[in-house]
Amino acid sequence: MNGAHDLGGMHGLGPINPEVNEPVFHAEWERRCFAITVAAGFLGEWNIDMSRYARERMHPTDYLRTSYYEHWLHGLQTLLVERGLLSEEEIAARMRVLGEAGNE
Amino acid sequence: MSDHHDHDEPLPDTVLRVKALESLLVEKGLVDSAALDVLIDTYETKVGPRNGARVVARAWVDDGYRQRLLEDATAAIAEFGFKGRQSEHMVVVENTPERHNMVVCTLCSCYPWAVLGLPPVWYKSAPYRARAVIEPRGVLAEFGVQLDEDVEIRVWDSTAEIRYLVLPQRPAGTEGMDEDALAALVTRDSMIGVGLPKAPGDG
Repeated sequence: MNGAHDLGGMHGLGPINPEVNEPVFHAEWERRCFAITVAAGFLGEWNIDMSRYARERMHPTDYLRTSYYEHWLHGLQTLLVERGLLSEEEIAARMRVLGEAGNE
Repeated sequence: MSDHHDHDEPLPDTVLRVKALESLLVEKGLVDSAALDVLIDTYETKVGPRNGARVVARAWVDDGYRQRLLEDATAAIAEFGFKGRQSEHMVVVENTPERHNMVVCTLCSCYPWAVLGLPPVWYKSAPYRARAVIEPRGVLAEFGVQLDEDVEIRVWDSTAEIRYLVLPQRPAGTEGMDEDALAALVTRDSMIGVGLPKAPGDG
């Protein structure tokens, strides 16, 4: 399946801008997203091809305007829900609770 | 602050969503909180391009090792104990005076974690993935690398299975340097093929 992820040869994306002395992670949420994705992979519920496919199914405009670990996050949630390990509803509910706690 | 456009602020819900998934996964016993910290520490402080640099330096001083590396990179790299995730099937491509190799993953960001650590943002960025295969000389110029026009450039597009490591050319003036000193000249970018090793005496 082609899609926004199939980037080879695409024009118009601008310069590469490599960052000098780049840190491994740029924010705490990236560390946590990396770790939960790798750790959840050890559950054996999916393989690497399924992980990639879950990321590639992001809507093309979302895919192109978000970062690598946001692709991972989208893929992880997709797989967790599809495998019946978590539900959309409980994720949304937990986000509401955490959001309200953070705003107090 | 960097003006880089690939790690701008995340979407508003992203940070909250990561926290929600982590708390639910830990609560249900699907992931272990301590294991998360170990994973982060491993890839933030232990596994990185110094691993790959040791492989390259060994190949520069030991021709038998170099042969093994080019024939079966996975096994030769495992001689150092470097193996595992995202490096199960390694291929090493050797630069020569006639041919320069560079590595990309156009479809995602496949990268040999065991020898290079986690990939930098630019490697995962849309511009690099798009342009490496269509205008490699322009990309190399952005990294400050100018090759003679008669040097052939080969671009290797990684897959989920096969991960590539570039074996750069040993810099001139390094005769007599030992393996550790040579390893210090090997940069991450030289092993991706968007840079060259440092010359002796360079910082």
